[in-house]
Order: sequence, then structure tokens, then C-alpha cells
Amino acid sequence: MSAPPKTESLRDAYGQTLLELGGRDPRLVVLDADLSGSTRTVLFGKKYPERFFNVGVMEPTMMTMAAGFSLEGRTVFASTFAVFAAGQAYNFVRQSICYNHANVKIVATHGGLLVGPDGGTHQIVEDIGLMRGLPGMTVIVPADAATTRAATLAVAERSGPAYIRLTRENLPPVTDGTFAVGKASELRSGSDLTIVAVGALVARALEVARELAEVGISTRVLDFASVKPFDEPALLRAARDTGAILVLEEHSVLTGVGALVAATTGENYPVPVRRVGVPDVFGESGEAWALLDRFGMSKERIRDEAWELLRIRGKVQ
Amino acid sequence: MTEEVPAEVIASLEAKALEVRRHIIRMTYAAGSGHPGGSLSVTDLLAALYFRELRVDPERPTWPDRDRLVLSKGHAAPALYATLAERGFLPREELLTLRKLGSRLQGHVDREKLAVIEASTGCLGQGIGMAVGMALDARLSARPSRVYAILGDGECQAGPTWEALMAGGHYRLSNLVAILDRNGYETDGSTEAILGIEPIADKFRAFRYHTLEIDGHDFRQILGALADARAWTDGPTAIVARTVKGKGVSFMEGQHSWHGKAPSRAEAEKALSELGSSLGEAAR
Repeated sequence: MSAPPKTESLRDAYGQTLLELGGRDPRLVVLDADLSGSTRTVLFGKKYPERFFNVGVMEPTMMTMAAGFSLEGRTVFASTFAVFAAGQAYNFVRQSICYNHANVKIVATHGGLLVGPDGGTHQIVEDIGLMRGLPGMTVIVPADAATTRAATLAVAERSGPAYIRLTRENLPPVTDGTFAVGKASELRSGSDLTIVAVGALVARALEVARELAEVGISTRVLDFASVKPFDEPALLRAARDTGAILVLEEHSVLTGVGALVAATTGENYPVPVRRVGVPDVFGESGEAWALLDRFGMSKERIRDEAWELLRIRGKVQ
Repeated sequence: MTEEVPAEVIASLEAKALEVRRHIIRMTYAAGSGHPGGSLSVTDLLAALYFRELRVDPERPTWPDRDRLVLSKGHAAPALYATLAERGFLPREELLTLRKLGSRLQGHVDREKLAVIEASTGCLGQGIGMAVGMALDARLSARPSRVYAILGDGECQAGPTWEALMAGGHYRLSNLVAILDRNGYETDGSTEAILGIEPIADKFRAFRYHTLEIDGHDFRQILGALADARAWTDGPTAIVARTVKGKGVSFMEGQHSWHGKAPSRAEAEKALSELGSSLGEAAR
């Protein structure tokens, strides 16, 4: 499967929104670690060079410096690729930012397999799990450019640390851009089955839901861009109303949103849950969208899992 | 590098440092754990900073224009708490709550619990980076604040320490002073036996620091270096302070085994008698 037509860059949306925030808040500073062209913080850097710090290849210290700025009362955005932000710098994010309740917004681009040809070293599929495990951390995984813009504005408004995971690939618009931290967005109503999705796989969730509708299956699609705080009421409503939940994420199924959904429903309202995501393996080089298929997130696999859940619930033969 | 400082000022600093050393022994004894060795080595540096150098005010602990001190070697928390208590930032009685459940005095310094702490530290290689961020903020905000970071020698083995030092040099932060408590020992033994950091002063120079080497227990030299740093406007200053781990307690001096263990009752009594004091209220 190739990328759907009419797509938009989440990174551009981030870069443009940062510019807007920079105009609004004259104390806001932005840091990057030698990837400002890719993360698009370069736009901010050109307009506000005195408030932009490209620190080179030192992600841990980018995080500690960001914390230092924020302890002085500034809102700080720090960007690099997700593998460096969440992986390379983990304990620096943990102590200097989270333990200090620093007001640092980490906007990490190039999350997940969709990094593509760079290969498994750079395709972090553990970052959502790492970041959502940190006390006080807000974690957001936007599905499109409009949500990226809304989420960037939303975390700037909130005090405290945040992690926004963006994808390198352009994605089709799937939301109307309404986003609130802690709220899931119901992109499609339905009563037979719920698909919970984040990031790049929200578009696939909607495609599968449309196909199922053609054969009379009513599928609810929830965009859980706000991974933490997590909209538990929306999830449990979905469990009660539809009786089965399929979770799609471009992330390890061990520690991602699927694990969270399974634990939350298991404790509160057990229903069958299926997790579609990256199994317990590293990625590899390849064309970005082909990797999703190769690692078990093809539309066919999603469709199969949906039918399996419907069979388990006795909704189809 | 020595400064003309009146003898009574030196005497008063020595008296404060002695008091802090007594607290450190009582606190770590009462806690039953902690880091006396690296607390005793940094005591004189902290005394000089808090009683002579830093522009801070116990009446206004979060005054925006104050100077900042970041204890990158966050395990020397007992020394910092005791110094802050002697300087009037917290009640002396509170010192014996160190490491106890519900205490503001966490095992490693924690600004969420104790607001006068500028930055929570403990995991090494992080405080200097926060200090660089603070120094950049002061410059950007046109505030007169100076930022002092105290590093341990063990953390000079950590890559991120040098990342942050490189940034301080790159940005020519003349309001930043990195002070190395060069006591020579880390948890497992001597730094030079484990992973040598020498020639350390050359390393700071190579990272574009105005670098001074002093005896970290000689107040005239400490005050002289701090004055030199204040006058230096062409980038950051590094002060390599040669110190003695466990300074002031004969059986702790130069013994890495006192890096991270508390004295027993008998050891604490012996240490305090050497320091001209007694356990007092301290009990385990």
C-alpha cells in the first residue's frame, strides 16, 4: 500500500505553529540538536535567532539546558528525532525535566517505523511507552497536521512537561483540528466494534471502518492522540457500547497504547481487545509505508483482526 | 590568586565550615545512609560561596536577580542543606530529618520539596547542563545573576558533563562558573585508577574555560578564585579545587569507602569529638 493522496506535513504544521507561539510569547525559547531542518524548528530559528539554540549532537544536554531555561520561568520547546529525544536522552528527560516539573515541551519527529530507509537504529517503537511511564509527562501522538497544530498550542498553554510524537511522513487530514489534552476524538460513530488508533494509523482505521460499513458493520473510530492523560471514560463507553476494541499504533505492542487499552478495560470493563502494532522486534530499512505492511500493520491485517473480534462477539459467523 | 581578606573573615568562614561538618556527621549518622565523604570535601567551597560570594537572601529565596548555585554532584546534599541552614534558609532542627519519609531533605537535592534548591540533581552529568541553561537565561533576560555549578570528579567521566561544558564555552558564558570538587575519589576508588580524568585543568582550558587551580580548603585561595572569576568577562571560568575526601575527620580522609556510607554511632562520636562537638540530638 502506498501513502494515501492529499497529505500534509505534521512537521511543517509544528514549525509554523512554533513561529506563531514565538510571536505570542517573547520569552519562549527553542532548542534543537542539529536536526532543525528536519524538525522544522529552523523556521523559528530564522525569525528569532536570539531565542533559538541549536546545540549540536548532544541530546542529553539539550534536555538539561531546556530544563535550566524553564526553571527560570520560560516555556521551552526542544526538538530532535524521537529516537534521540526519548531514547538517547531518557534519563535526562526523567530527572532534569520531569523530576523538576520543568515546563519543557519535547516535540519529537521521526517516531516509529515510518522513518523508513534509515532503518531500525532510527525507528524507535518504544518511545510512547518510555514517555508515558514518566510521572507528570503529557504524551500526545497527533494523527494529522491539524491536530499537530492544536496539540502544539495546547501544550504551550499547559504548565509542565510534554512529549509530542510526530511522524516523518506526510499524513492525510483525518480530524477537524479540534483537540483537547485528555480527550479522545470520536472520528466515526459505531456500535459493533471500536477501533482505537493513534498517529499514522488513524487514517487506516477510518479506511477499514468505511469498508466494514459497506457490509453493514458499524465501527466507532476513536483518535486517542492524547495518550496521557488518557480519556478513560471514552474508552470504557466504547467497551460498553461496542463490546470489542481493536487498537492500532505504529509502536511496540508491548508498551504502547494497546497495552494501555487492554489494562484499562481489563480492570474496569473486560472486553476482547486486539493489538495491532509492532511486535517485539526492531525495524529495518525499507520504503516507509511498505514497512507498516511488513511489520503487521497492513490494512488486510487490520481487517482480519476486526473480523476476528466480530466473530468472538458473535456479531458475524 | 590569594585575596587580601581580613583574618576575622577567614576565621568566621572556618567556624561556619566546622559547624557544617558537624551537621554532616550528625545528619548522615541519624539517616543511617548518605554521602559524608564528598560532603566534607565540598564544605569549604560551599561556605565561601554562601557566606561571601553568592548574592542570595534568606528573606527572598526566589528573588529573580539572585545568584544560582546548582549542585551537580547532588549526593553532597547534606553539605548543601547544612550550609543553607547555617545561612538562614531553613531551620537547623530540620537537618536531622535528612532522608526520612516526608522530609524536605531528600537523599539527593530536590527543588520540588525545598524551593531554595535551584535544580533537582542526583543522577550525574545533568546539573552543569541546567546551569548552562540558567546562565543563558540570565544573559537573555539581561539579569545580573551569576550561575555556579559544583561538579564532582566522578561525573567528569560522564559524556554529558562535557557536552554541557562545551556549550558553556561555545556561548562564552562569563556569568557561569564551574567548580570541580576534585577530591580524587568516586564510589569504587580513585578516579585515576578507575578512569583517569587528568589532566583535568587542561581539559577545561581546551573547552574554552578560564581555568584556575586552587586548594579547595584554603579560604584565601577560594575567595581569590571566585573574585577572579567574577572579574573575568571573556567566557566561563572553571575552578579546579583540589580537596580531600572526608576532610576534617581523620579516619574518613582520603578513604573512598566513605563515599556513600553513614558512620556508626561510635564512628560518629569519634568524628564529632575530632570536630569539637558531640552527637547532641542526633539518634538513629
